[in-house]
Amino acid sequence: MTAAENLKSTPLEALHVSLGAKMVPFAGYNMPVQYPLGVLKEHLHTRTEAGLFDVSHMGQATLTGEDVDAALETLVPGDLKGLKPGQIRYTLLLNETGGIIDDLMVTGVDDSTLYLVVNAASKDGDFAHIADKLKGRATLTRHEDAALLALQGPTAVQTLAKFIPAVASMTFMTSRVDTFEDVPVRLFRSGYTGEDGYEISIPNAAATTVAKALLAEPGVQPIGLGARDSLRLEAGLCLYGSDIDTTTTPTEAALNWVIGARRRAEGGFPAADKILGQIKAGAPKKRVGIKPLGKAPARAHTEIQDGSGKRIGEITSGGFGPSFNGPVAMGYVEAAFAKVGTPLTLIVRGQPLPAEVAALPFVPHRYFK
Amino acid sequence: MSQTRFTKDHEWIKVDGNVGTVGITEFAQGQLGDIVFVEVPPAGKAVKAGGEAAVVESVKAASEVYSPVSGTVKEGNSALPDAPETVNSDPRGKGWFFKIELSDVKELDGLMDQAAYDKFVAELS
Repeated sequence: MTAAENLKSTPLEALHVSLGAKMVPFAGYNMPVQYPLGVLKEHLHTRTEAGLFDVSHMGQATLTGEDVDAALETLVPGDLKGLKPGQIRYTLLLNETGGIIDDLMVTGVDDSTLYLVVNAASKDGDFAHIADKLKGRATLTRHEDAALLALQGPTAVQTLAKFIPAVASMTFMTSRVDTFEDVPVRLFRSGYTGEDGYEISIPNAAATTVAKALLAEPGVQPIGLGARDSLRLEAGLCLYGSDIDTTTTPTEAALNWVIGARRRAEGGFPAADKILGQIKAGAPKKRVGIKPLGKAPARAHTEIQDGSGKRIGEITSGGFGPSFNGPVAMGYVEAAFAKVGTPLTLIVRGQPLPAEVAALPFVPHRYFK
Repeated sequence: MSQTRFTKDHEWIKVDGNVGTVGITEFAQGQLGDIVFVEVPPAGKAVKAGGEAAVVESVKAASEVYSPVSGTVKEGNSALPDAPETVNSDPRGKGWFFKIELSDVKELDGLMDQAAYDKFVAELS
């Protein structure tokens, strides 16, 4: 049995293959890493027009319960009681030591219902964790019958509005249900590229039809996981498993902004004492943007040193930023070295290369607020 | 009379007398995708057959370029670091990485000729 035979498929697999995609295993799925356009042009295309991504491997679920907001607040530090129907919040599932089990999007559906979108690689664990911890208070229903597309880029709005006029007036991080040529869809004005755009949850059976309709529009190209990674890196967004994991806390990950004022005052989330202490006093290490000063990209796990050769951290994501037109990275450094402009030394193939702490994002976000 | 030989790591070497020019193949550039960074070895660097000699990076990943033969680097292609995309557009021509003075021309006998390499690549896909 080959590895490919063990992989799961999204409803769009046949479409990817017909478009000439190079398919690779990712989080247990057979996924397109790039199309004939190539990673570099796919990346640039998404920033100038619109790119269509298959993110159906991600986990979708509904969480219902009379006090569902309060229930889920026991597992995440985000303000969910303040989340109105149709609003989306980016938050973090935390363990008892304040480590990050996953990052996720939580959408308010109605007073007793939340819609969750979590990462592919961690979805089974996430959903089991939530169902177990909230047993008796909330019921989790997975939506494996739904695909997820992302349409990202400056022309995403005009393209999608041809099919669903109401999308034009949605603001960033809001959601609505509608129909796409008679297909019921849940729309999110969100994404993970730093660009304006949408994520569209569609019944599996209609996913290929909707994807083909979007791809037939001028300026829309299919985009693979390769460009998805370089786009989110330039946008300063964390990749779960690389930039954040169970060994990093929200404060260390520079994600204090996900913890709202009420949650800081009240606590009541896992490891709240530790995390609130870190918010106040700082954490021993911090995630920062890192700009290599030469041309050589520095990849994940590259050692970071200070000027005296002492190890002070490690790169967690790094590569070439096509829109930035140079190498970009992020990683963790000891707190004393986290200020923007601090000189760093990166050990690339045994050679010390100069770099500095850079402000994130590398490419400005262009969300529709 | 020059001859061109190939490695299983998809490097080519074109040899005139005891000096060879080294690059990566059309197949290799296609597999790597858009090349965004190249590092070539300095003149005078001693390399061994199969040893790391240069670096090529796409948006996604870094790869080593191995020397097909042992010898001393005569020259790195100084145009490449400023125009790494040349490796994509002209891998067998302007996209060469380095020239090397072979220490043992007999090492070429262990490499593939064009026909053998073409067959090797065909069997990969």
